[in-house]
Amino acid sequence: MKHVKTLNKANLKKSAEKGGCGKCQASCQSACKTSCTVANQKCENLSK
Amino acid sequence: MIHKYKLNGYNIVLDVNSGAVHAVDELTYDLLDNVMPPFSPECPENVVKKLSRYYSAEDICSCYEEITQLYGEGLLFSEDDYEKFTKYAVASPVKAMCLLVSQDCNLRCEYCFASTGDFGLGRKLMDLETGKKAIDFLLEKSADRQNLEVDFFGGEPLMNFEVVKGITEYARSKEKEFGKNFRFTITTNGMLLDDAKIDYINKEMSNVVLSIDGRKEVNDRVRARVDGSGSYDRILPAYKKLVEKRGEKEYYVRGTFTKYNLDFADDVFHLYEQGFDQISVEPVVCDSKMPYAITERDLPKIFSEYERLAGKIIAGAKEGKRFNFFHFMLDLDQGPCAIKRLRGCGCGNEYVAVTPDGDIYPCHQFVGIEDWKMGNLNDDSFDESRKDYFAKAHIYSKKECKTCWARFYCSGGCNANNLIYAGDVHSAHKFSCEIEKKRLECAIMLKAVQSEENF
Ligand code: SF4
Ligand code: SF4
Ligand code: SF4
Repeated sequence: MKHVKTLNKANLKKSAEKGGCGKCQASCQSACKTSCTVANQKCENLSK
Repeated sequence: MIHKYKLNGYNIVLDVNSGAVHAVDELTYDLLDNVMPPFSPECPENVVKKLSRYYSAEDICSCYEEITQLYGEGLLFSEDDYEKFTKYAVASPVKAMCLLVSQDCNLRCEYCFASTGDFGLGRKLMDLETGKKAIDFLLEKSADRQNLEVDFFGGEPLMNFEVVKGITEYARSKEKEFGKNFRFTITTNGMLLDDAKIDYINKEMSNVVLSIDGRKEVNDRVRARVDGSGSYDRILPAYKKLVEKRGEKEYYVRGTFTKYNLDFADDVFHLYEQGFDQISVEPVVCDSKMPYAITERDLPKIFSEYERLAGKIIAGAKEGKRFNFFHFMLDLDQGPCAIKRLRGCGCGNEYVAVTPDGDIYPCHQFVGIEDWKMGNLNDDSFDESRKDYFAKAHIYSKKECKTCWARFYCSGGCNANNLIYAGDVHSAHKFSCEIEKKRLECAIMLKAVQSEENF
């Protein structure tokens, strides 16, 4: 494409198909807990 | 829904519902103000006419084609069809627990949300019996979940380190029998770190959060000892040692910025210069009447400071200075699934906090708010109905989040902040939202720079 450069290949829609298994870390968005906000969390569902 | 913005010379377009991120030229950026589905096969004449003052008709039409192609591929103006997944938003097993092993602290940080450590509940340490009961509770309530998280928190957990060790060993001794895998984390202010504790933490804790606010004068102004003297000189060498011995395991040095250091990018870089490469510096959240509180009026300065930080990170990376700034970390390709993103807070459902008295609260931020207590370990009480309430606190049940462009990254914010500062778990705390959105814009822009400059 000449005008648009797409930066990522992943599509959230696909992730929903086999998602929601709950294997990943519980998350917390608060400032006082640094370890686990959603945006930088990893999926831990190996069968996905 | 799309969200577009300009930052650091980039024109970024986020397709909210697919998560696709595009870097686009000026023409596309302008054209997107004028077209939206349903798309006709050709670019509408009035649009061509309107933009032909700045661009050639040929370019406009070829750009229009690209936009409609991306739309066809589901990468622009894609539909939000995730609400159906909220049917899975039901009570789930408890898999994470915050243990307030010490409801006491040896620092008197001005901004402490726990009222300098005791949550307003009196200074207390957890005994091993209560800690073991908490682990038993987690083993039972986690049902089929294998990975269990236990966070040693406080107050200052190192003030009760023998119990931390006792609980850790007890939990480890149960792993095989129950088919579980415990992951421990600890958050400390560093004052009591010594070699033995460092080695134990490095062996047993999968993550450790080391509190320090940045430059000495910034840190010592708020992170003071009981006698008023600063903590920087005591904790910095201990943190360096811990990190040096830690190898590849996760850690963060984390600070809080307040009205006193709105130039916090310098604190981030200060921490980097001290040899840390996993850094988090986060805004204080508190009553707006406090002298150190950041308020709406500070937002322009905070926004430009995040931009300055992003700029410094880019410039640094070009010279080979690499580090992770927690709030700019974003994985556009392998992040969590869309269903996970409907709710960013597990409080009161997958996650609970336990106090030295054995009281169970939805999370550490709810501790001390009597109305929200969920039960107690000593009389086996646990109000499961609360779990359902929190399970249903997802982005579609929160008015502002439902239509917010950041909803699949922020996932509805912090329920406790919402409750305490916006009056309701389901009302977004707007001030936090503004900061969250700015950070996201910076984080996404950094991805654009990275893909262009290959770093
Ligand atoms: S492990 Fe992956 S698929 Fe499962 S809920 Fe978490 S992010 Fe979604
Ligand atoms: S930024 Fe605010 S409105 Fe948007 S999802 Fe987060 S909490 Fe909700
Ligand atoms: S309420 Fe806030 S602090 Fe508590 S778990 Fe949720 S996001 Fe974290």
